[in-house]
Amino acid sequence: MIDAADPYAGPVVLPDDESFGLEVQVDYPGYRSTRWRAPKRPLVTLPEEFHSLAGPVFGEDVLEELDDDLTRQHDGEPLGERIVVHGRVLDEDGRPIRGALVEIWQANAAGRYRHEVDRHPAPLDPNFSGAGRCLTDGEGRYRFVSIKPGAYPWGNHDNAWRPAHIHFSLFGRLFTERLVTQMYFPGDPLFPYDPIMNSVRDPRARALLVSRFDLAETTPEWALAYEWDIVLGRGGRGTTPFEP
Amino acid sequence: MRTPSQTVGPFFSIGLARRDDAVLAPGGLRLQGRLLDGEDGPIVDGVVELWDGERWGRCGTDAEGRFAFSIAKPAPRPGETPRLDVFVFARGLLRHQLTRIYFPDEPNETDPVYAGLEPADRETLVAAQEDGALRFDIRMQGDRATVFFEH
Repeated sequence: MIDAADPYAGPVVLPDDESFGLEVQVDYPGYRSTRWRAPKRPLVTLPEEFHSLAGPVFGEDVLEELDDDLTRQHDGEPLGERIVVHGRVLDEDGRPIRGALVEIWQANAAGRYRHEVDRHPAPLDPNFSGAGRCLTDGEGRYRFVSIKPGAYPWGNHDNAWRPAHIHFSLFGRLFTERLVTQMYFPGDPLFPYDPIMNSVRDPRARALLVSRFDLAETTPEWALAYEWDIVLGRGGRGTTPFEP
Repeated sequence: MRTPSQTVGPFFSIGLARRDDAVLAPGGLRLQGRLLDGEDGPIVDGVVELWDGERWGRCGTDAEGRFAFSIAKPAPRPGETPRLDVFVFARGLLRHQLTRIYFPDEPNETDPVYAGLEPADRETLVAAQEDGALRFDIRMQGDRATVFFEH
């Protein structure tokens, strides 16, 4: 529960805490770093037409060879459980978004990022950088080959661990269809303890962050597979984060 | 139902800073500034994206919270004054924030969005001339907090 005197000092907020609404929280005490960073004043509404402005378009020139296969970017293969992650990028009307730039980054199988700030005493993998890119195809599909990232500790509260996740960055057709989010793996026991995931208060919306194990897309004798569709919302129309 | 946002976290440079994307216009105007938190401290793990309707750019902040771009002043849209649309991402932001940069030598009071703001808030959206460059600081909180827009 939240400590009323200093909500940011409290322990993790569990999902049965009803003191927050169902919207994505910007300023969320369970996630301490929001304290001095989340805007405190109400957001200003823009004219509706702003939300129809086109955003940047990216072409094949932003891609490098093997950007979509994180297991082949070095001389050797990374350690870990090889996975295929695939799905579709859709707009809110369910239409595929073609040519959308999808960028991902993740920890290695031991839960360590190749980043100077990451002090988790788990091994780096010389054969894993943890970054990928692709453009969606004519049906809005993306597909990466990677390894399953490990959970890792992060110091937000006592014994805090992030559930395994892959970071995703997406550009839609419209400027306001921009999204940065995280994909989780089904059945992770750390879900109830993670304030970042639980900053999404609506359980139905939270479920949209979890991929589906996809037996049909596994490659026998080679890789497991997870499917995750991503719906890019646009601003405007009253900007309700979720449809009822 | 749309996919919810989640923070970029502290390690986004692995995926989002693989190329130098800070040049929207080669040899253009230098636009520089700092990304600051509610204690006036630098946000050292933030990323700023600019879009002028034709050109896009991205720059991660450094150890002092600084970012810098090479830009060109865009043509104004009808009835508006020139501006850059800006997204701010950082550890501690569960969703990216939207703001905009207006230029100091334009009749911005004729721009409907600018004109709709309180005078003190307007100032937070106008870049300043500084040593031949444009200066634009982004303050997430506080008395001089930058105006952020719903999106």
